[in-house]
Amino acid sequence: MSIKTETMTLNMGPQHPSTHGVFRLLVEVDGETITKAEPIMGYLHRGSEKLAENFIYTQFIPYTDRLDYMNAMTNNYVYCAAVEKLLDWEIPERAEYLRVITMELNRIASHLVWWGTYLLDIGALSPFLYAFRDRDHILDLLNEISGARMTFNYHRIGGVKWDAPEGWVDKVKEKVKVLRENINEYDTLVTGNEIFQARTIGVGKLTKEQILNWGISGPLARASGLKIDIRKEEPYSIYDRFDFDIPTQEEGDVYARYKVRIAEMYESLKIIEQACEQIPEGDIIHKKGARIMMIKPPAGEAYTRAEASKGEIGVYAISNGKNKPYRVKLRRPSFVNVAILQDILIGQSIQDLVAIFGSLDIVLGEVDA
Amino acid sequence: MDLLYMTIYSVIILKLMLAGVTFSILFERKVIGYMQMRPGPNRHGPWGILQTVADVMKLLMKEDVIPRQADRAIFVLAPVIAFAPAFTVYAVISWSDTIYAADLNIGVLYFLGVSSMTMLGVLMGGWSSNNKYSLLGAIRGVAQMISYELPLVLSILGIVILVGSLNLRDIVYFQQDIGMWFIIPQFLAFVIYMISAIAELNRSPFDLPEAESELVSGYHTEYSGFRYAFFMLAEYTYAIAIAAFATTLFLGGWLGPAFLPGVVWFLLKMCIFMFIWFWLRATLPRARVSHLMQFSWKVLIPLALLNIVVTAIIKVWMGW
Repeated sequence: MSIKTETMTLNMGPQHPSTHGVFRLLVEVDGETITKAEPIMGYLHRGSEKLAENFIYTQFIPYTDRLDYMNAMTNNYVYCAAVEKLLDWEIPERAEYLRVITMELNRIASHLVWWGTYLLDIGALSPFLYAFRDRDHILDLLNEISGARMTFNYHRIGGVKWDAPEGWVDKVKEKVKVLRENINEYDTLVTGNEIFQARTIGVGKLTKEQILNWGISGPLARASGLKIDIRKEEPYSIYDRFDFDIPTQEEGDVYARYKVRIAEMYESLKIIEQACEQIPEGDIIHKKGARIMMIKPPAGEAYTRAEASKGEIGVYAISNGKNKPYRVKLRRPSFVNVAILQDILIGQSIQDLVAIFGSLDIVLGEVDA
Repeated sequence: MDLLYMTIYSVIILKLMLAGVTFSILFERKVIGYMQMRPGPNRHGPWGILQTVADVMKLLMKEDVIPRQADRAIFVLAPVIAFAPAFTVYAVISWSDTIYAADLNIGVLYFLGVSSMTMLGVLMGGWSSNNKYSLLGAIRGVAQMISYELPLVLSILGIVILVGSLNLRDIVYFQQDIGMWFIIPQFLAFVIYMISAIAELNRSPFDLPEAESELVSGYHTEYSGFRYAFFMLAEYTYAIAIAAFATTLFLGGWLGPAFLPGVVWFLLKMCIFMFIWFWLRATLPRARVSHLMQFSWKVLIPLALLNIVVTAIIKVWMGW
């Protein structure tokens, strides 16, 4: 005789501490095994895409800051690049270098936040504080150049808003050394930890097929053995001038994602170091870029993509010749990546839910736009 | 006369223990604070020594919330049930050669038996709250405590075999006689005891019943105000008791060079235990439930049994 069992529906969120934002997840559990998972989003929806249609081109830049607020520089960049593509402008060298330095610094900051909060999710308290200390070093640098700590609004159509203050590049060089040492320390603190490995190795596996079917990009894809990085594949800005690797792992589990992100931080440091060595003097914005009311791209459409810390971020912009965009479509990596929850959680134990969910590294501002 | 003496002693111990809990919470926050490169509490009084007092005052002034769906009688009783055994075990702890309450000849048995009643309070609290997360937290907690009770008890048996007595004072005198603390001949047992004690206390890395990011806050999610404080009090009282027990068993109780009185040595040794727990909390991530169970049943219990066998052989061989 078999005993009849009932599945239990568990509601996680919208105010659950491990979601780091307002996100709701309905899970059906049969005992300890998850049989169904349904992500519910939209609590932070602000209609960014629609807003863009009512602003002149430059006015929309601050709104891109608020998509993935952990990685605002890349969002700034990818939007500006789309408009620049419509305009067909040549960007000054120095501006490109400043863009790369700020984007990579921001990527490290974003990965550090992930590292800290992820370990907080699986119960280690200290890494969170260590990570935020180093993130603050980075935010101080970015604050100095852009005037803001998180929502930078720094990139402009045709260049960047401010030139680097005197001595800023040297400061970055020094900080890179400090960061490399500290990240090394974090690596030794956590990566080899038995408990950490027991919780992450073999958990939440994603196969290559799943990655391709769900359109996953970024560290998640690279952890499953796919060597996709837009910085290498379709070098935007001036990424073709730097020597860096794309770290990949074959396993596709949570631990692989962790290792990919740690390795990526080292690669970003490498890029920053090279950029700081090569950075030339010169203009920081296209000569027409400062007159923002006059930015009127010819009618047409453009799609640009860039490698954000969460994955591929894309902007599809249509111009009808006026000074406001006709349509802006944002391809947000977190939004695409979070959908995999429906698939990845099935058959996993409820105990691993937080460990898997955290490893996706989503930012709710970007999921809901 | 005896009754009067016992009453006075227990009141004094209760007061001292409350102070002990107050400062061990502060100690924990300071230790973890410094390990995380922040100053820790430092607003209330010099070095923040009144921080816990302020916290408790705040909790006292909170509204006493009992969920409408909760099982009222059990809900109210649970914190008391959790606290009482944790405090009762202090009866057999011998703080120094002269300061002790009961010279009980089954001290070890008494300690283990009474202290395992704490989990009843946990289960009652989780069940009566009528909340899925609380219930899950309580089930996890009880499963964990029962699993780790076994290696904890088994690790102590080696000492009991060597001494041939369950009296805690006899155990200390025995260590004095052989001129060696049991941490040396019973090192394996000591390690097993430390790990099991951490799990028994629901402390990091085995703090699953209170897994914040998964279960909100475990079995006491629905508790607020002073009832919540009582659960916290029970937890730290039990932690101090376990540290005192370990000091007696493995670190020679009040023994130590004569320039300090025995009771000071005893407290210092307890502080070492507490410090190690705080240190671990600042360092390690949380283990998974199933791993936790496997670790207890597949690793700790066989090792503890091995330790008993080896100890017994040595005892016969050495003729102690």
